[in-house]
Amino acid sequence: MDGYLLSIVTFLPLIGAVVLAVLLRGDDEAAQLNAKRVALVVTVATFLLSLFILTGFDPENTDFQFVEEAEWIGGLTYKMGVDGLSVLFVMLTTFLMPLVIGASWGVTHRVKEYMIAFLLLETLMIGVFCALDIILFYLFFEAGLIPMFIIVGIWGGANRIYAAFKFFLYTLLGSVLMLIAMMYMIADAGTTDIANLLRHEFAYGTFSVAGIQIVGGVQTLLWLAFFASFAVKMPMWPVHTWLPDAHVQAPTAGSIVLAAILLKMGGYGFLRFSLPMFPVASDLMANFVFTLSVIAIIYTSLVALMQEDMKKLIAYSSVAHMGFVTMGIFAANQQGVDGAVFQMISHGFISGALFLAVGVIYDRMHTREIAAYGGLVNRMPAFALVFMLFTMGNVGLPGTSGFVGEFLTLSGAFKANAWVAIFATTGVILSAGYALWLYRRVVFGELVKDGLKTIQDMNAREKWLFAPFVAMTLLLGVYPSLVTDITGPAVEALLGNYELALAEAETLMAEAHDTETGH
Amino acid sequence: MIYQIILFAPLIAALIAGFGWRYISETGAQYVTTGALFLSAALSWIVFLTGEGTQIVTIARWLDVGLMEADWAIRVDTLTRVMLVVVTTVSALVHLYSFGYMAHDEHFNEGESYRPRFFAYLSFFTFAMLMLVTADNLVQMFFGWEGVGVASYLLIGFYYRKQSAGAAAMKAFIVNRVGDFGFALGIFALFMVTDSVTFDAVFDALPALEGQTIWFLGMDLPALETIGFLLFIGAMGKSAQFILHTWLPDAMEGPTPVSALIHAATMVTAGVFLVCRMSPLYEMTDAVNAFIIGLGAVTAFFAATVGLVQNDIKRVIAYSTCSQLGYMFVAAGTGFYQAAMFHLFTHAAFKAMLFLGAGSVIHGMHHEQDMRNYGGLKNKLPVTFWAMMIGTLAITGVGIPTFLYYDAVGIPLGLAGFVSKDAIIEGAFAGEAYFAFWALVIAALFTSFYSWRLMFLTFYGEARGDHHTHEHAHESPKVMTIPLMVLMVGAIFAGMVYYKPFVSYGADAFWASSIAQQETSYGESAYGDDHGDDHSDDHSDDAHGDEYAKEEYEPFGHGPDVADNYTYVPGWVKLAPFFAMLFGLLGAWIMYIRRPEMPANMAAAFPSAYNFLLNKWYIDEVYNVLFVRPTMWLGSFLWKKGDGATIDGGINGLAMGIVPFLTRLAGRAQSGYVFHYAFAMILGLAAIITWFAIRGAA
Repeated sequence: MDGYLLSIVTFLPLIGAVVLAVLLRGDDEAAQLNAKRVALVVTVATFLLSLFILTGFDPENTDFQFVEEAEWIGGLTYKMGVDGLSVLFVMLTTFLMPLVIGASWGVTHRVKEYMIAFLLLETLMIGVFCALDIILFYLFFEAGLIPMFIIVGIWGGANRIYAAFKFFLYTLLGSVLMLIAMMYMIADAGTTDIANLLRHEFAYGTFSVAGIQIVGGVQTLLWLAFFASFAVKMPMWPVHTWLPDAHVQAPTAGSIVLAAILLKMGGYGFLRFSLPMFPVASDLMANFVFTLSVIAIIYTSLVALMQEDMKKLIAYSSVAHMGFVTMGIFAANQQGVDGAVFQMISHGFISGALFLAVGVIYDRMHTREIAAYGGLVNRMPAFALVFMLFTMGNVGLPGTSGFVGEFLTLSGAFKANAWVAIFATTGVILSAGYALWLYRRVVFGELVKDGLKTIQDMNAREKWLFAPFVAMTLLLGVYPSLVTDITGPAVEALLGNYELALAEAETLMAEAHDTETGH
Repeated sequence: MIYQIILFAPLIAALIAGFGWRYISETGAQYVTTGALFLSAALSWIVFLTGEGTQIVTIARWLDVGLMEADWAIRVDTLTRVMLVVVTTVSALVHLYSFGYMAHDEHFNEGESYRPRFFAYLSFFTFAMLMLVTADNLVQMFFGWEGVGVASYLLIGFYYRKQSAGAAAMKAFIVNRVGDFGFALGIFALFMVTDSVTFDAVFDALPALEGQTIWFLGMDLPALETIGFLLFIGAMGKSAQFILHTWLPDAMEGPTPVSALIHAATMVTAGVFLVCRMSPLYEMTDAVNAFIIGLGAVTAFFAATVGLVQNDIKRVIAYSTCSQLGYMFVAAGTGFYQAAMFHLFTHAAFKAMLFLGAGSVIHGMHHEQDMRNYGGLKNKLPVTFWAMMIGTLAITGVGIPTFLYYDAVGIPLGLAGFVSKDAIIEGAFAGEAYFAFWALVIAALFTSFYSWRLMFLTFYGEARGDHHTHEHAHESPKVMTIPLMVLMVGAIFAGMVYYKPFVSYGADAFWASSIAQQETSYGESAYGDDHGDDHSDDHSDDAHGDEYAKEEYEPFGHGPDVADNYTYVPGWVKLAPFFAMLFGLLGAWIMYIRRPEMPANMAAAFPSAYNFLLNKWYIDEVYNVLFVRPTMWLGSFLWKKGDGATIDGGINGLAMGIVPFLTRLAGRAQSGYVFHYAFAMILGLAAIITWFAIRGAA
């Protein structure tokens, strides 16, 4: 089975979706329940199967593992595999999807289609992290948008169409540029295999177009094209404004997937393509990324502070947290990159849980407005407790996973550029500001609003849904080596190649310079 | 194993009490936590009395990324042992005291279970504090550092229905985060230059870094000084030093036992502990030391002035704490870490007692905290009165001036504060920090004044305020008075008993390598019995004096070896704090016993000065204008103008052409057209790719 494990894990949800589409008939309560059950069983099975990937994975081996390769239509290749950079994202996805289905238990509108969309989404997301062929990657990467787009557009809030199209427009712009870059790369390297592309050296000689010098040459252009796509996905400032709208309109489960997994595709893309394939350009562009990251951290934290809608607040805080990720990646040292991966995983649990928490009270009060709440602790002590835990995770309290990611990326950034670390570290003050203020307004205080006087604390289903989030947030906070032992060797190898490429480029450039000046 | 029990018993108890109280009852939760703390305290005393040297016990891996290696580990050396007894003892007593204090609380409705939560928080706090003091690396220390911060946050906001409590809790956390900002940057910088965060490895790497620079704030700055300064910003936040002190008075919103444990005896001293722990670093950072001395002196003075006029009994003690922490920092800054720790140690006893005493008064007076409504409580609360009296005698520094008997006895005779505070003041003089010396002496005068003012207003004179409350004023139950009595013993004897090991003959051996000690001559004859009658005169003709003279030209900070020289200061220096104490007492006596109308008249005569002090130098107001409101404004501006008008405006403008198209599509969304559209899009994309790919590959 090992030989096809990745494919099985990737396409099992799709099979589930097909089963639902073909076999399930009717829209009565029984059928709805069946749809939910099928989705739950399929996602749980997917998760259980994916555990074999984790147990069979050898962190010390920095090559791709579980590799599958097959000819596909039209001369394309189907190639899958994971390494230390991607395997944990696969696990994150399979781990979260059953919880996402569980969080959707209250859906009543077009349940079958809803479950199909989520199952399809799961296949596409796992595919992104497993694809080792650049076209396959592109397909998964772009197609992933569609179920998400539909989830927001059909099961979203009142303003869902606006949000869905904003989301779509932003990402489409980036995608087109990335597609063009990919075409060039395939032509240049003569392969679509990511493993081969990683070994290919893209030209970095400076040339000029219409009088404008392009330092780093082709690499810079390719880097920029990929950047356009990944930056939107992250999202980075200033192309982040789709995210708050998308979150606000998305159903709870959609928000969880969006924050916990879809945002990670951008970061993964930087690690899989930008940094290793275009090292010279990455080095050149590092300060640019640092600037945007720092702006993201400070700017969106300030904006988060003033939000009146809980989901928007958390969405903005997500942008700030992703700022730490991009900063860490382009710090290009062990702490920075390991920290960035860690931050992404950790953010998956913490922001996922925060959106789940908002969903819990939204289901009861049907409003996300902060001012509509206050004093919840009086009637919802269990909710107050979990919300406190994830609030603390969000502010990066040591002992939660949020701390490890922030701390590592910041210490990596400090080595790369002290200014960046100084500015970015102000994020720890600002995050405390917006997160605790939110908590105070929603949870603390007298319970005076009439509508809240009969609100019920979390039921058993909701408590059980939080349990895995709580466990992972604390476990990774106390024993982060669970992640860093797996990512460490892969990151080390990546950085080794990166340094090597840069050193080589430097020598070559120096030689070229010498020749020019006639030495 | 003993260390693990000390450390984890409070955590386990906190978890049991917090999550399992329904199974063991509320009282059960109280017993479990209190029992665990007494166990920890007993073991800590065993460790303190019998332990020596440095032990490091690694528990588990934590961070292990490249060179960033930080384990969960317990490091026990003298510095830690001192902190262990301070933390666990005060904590155990506060747990016990809380049995009585928290028995009935008007902030909660009948039938609400708040006690298990309270005890769980207290125990959790203790665990975090123990993690802080037993850390063997800076990251674990940071864990404890923020852990105590969150426990403090939860306990300040314990009365969650009160708006003011919620605000105070948030403020405490955020202001502390400002300090942590510096602390974190300090760790990053230290990691960058030493490739390690473990204390031993860092200390080993330090000598090689002397004179090295680090690129920071766009400049090449001296590496060690920069790191020292950054770490000290953390200490400023946690220990409520001037400009980052604003959270501490507000933290009095928490229940009084919390104030005693966290905001007097333990957490707020973490900054002092940090500087002492990093003493090998601070031995090499003269400029930072000058800053620490200056800031400590300013804080000691500032907080004492504000304490003069406050009316809330807890706020007076809070400012007093702030001020006393300033003393400790002056000592640490002059390189006299021994005295800083000594004062930390004695202060924990008498300040915890003052707070618990104040809590007992508040408890007896039905949660009245305004001293203007007290008066004449001496006979109604006898035990509390004596506890507060001893506490006041201790903090004001009552003792017999040493020149009368020192050579015969070898230790100063006086209450705890007398011994430790005078050591700091003399140390400041010996360290040639004359500004700090005078600030501390004046602060000592003010300390005496406000402490006695508190005593006189509370226990003497006529009963003021609500008649009914006074009639029902009662002494607290035994569970509350017993901790007071225990602390009384500490406040009286801690100074005299521990003088020798902490700051005198035994110090070299006692502290060993746990703090940076310069070679002292305690063990030799220079300090021995054969010393002359008048230290200030004869020091120049022994070996000791040469050292003093040799280093005299150094401007500030670690010029002369303070730890070795502080007893040789001129006689008037030693008498200065003594007289400051007497003058403060006299002033308070005149103003609150002899002529009680005087304070009001003075306040009326100098309204601006009075209001300036009453409003705490208007620092909160200034911060509000400088930081809080601009931040809010900027947040709104970036949101509405940045995200809204500029970014979205631009995007929408771009999209204007397709908007009609979109709205048409929007109309169809209900009927499933979106799905078709999307599907068409993916097929189209796939087709393009395929075509390109085939062409490219061919």
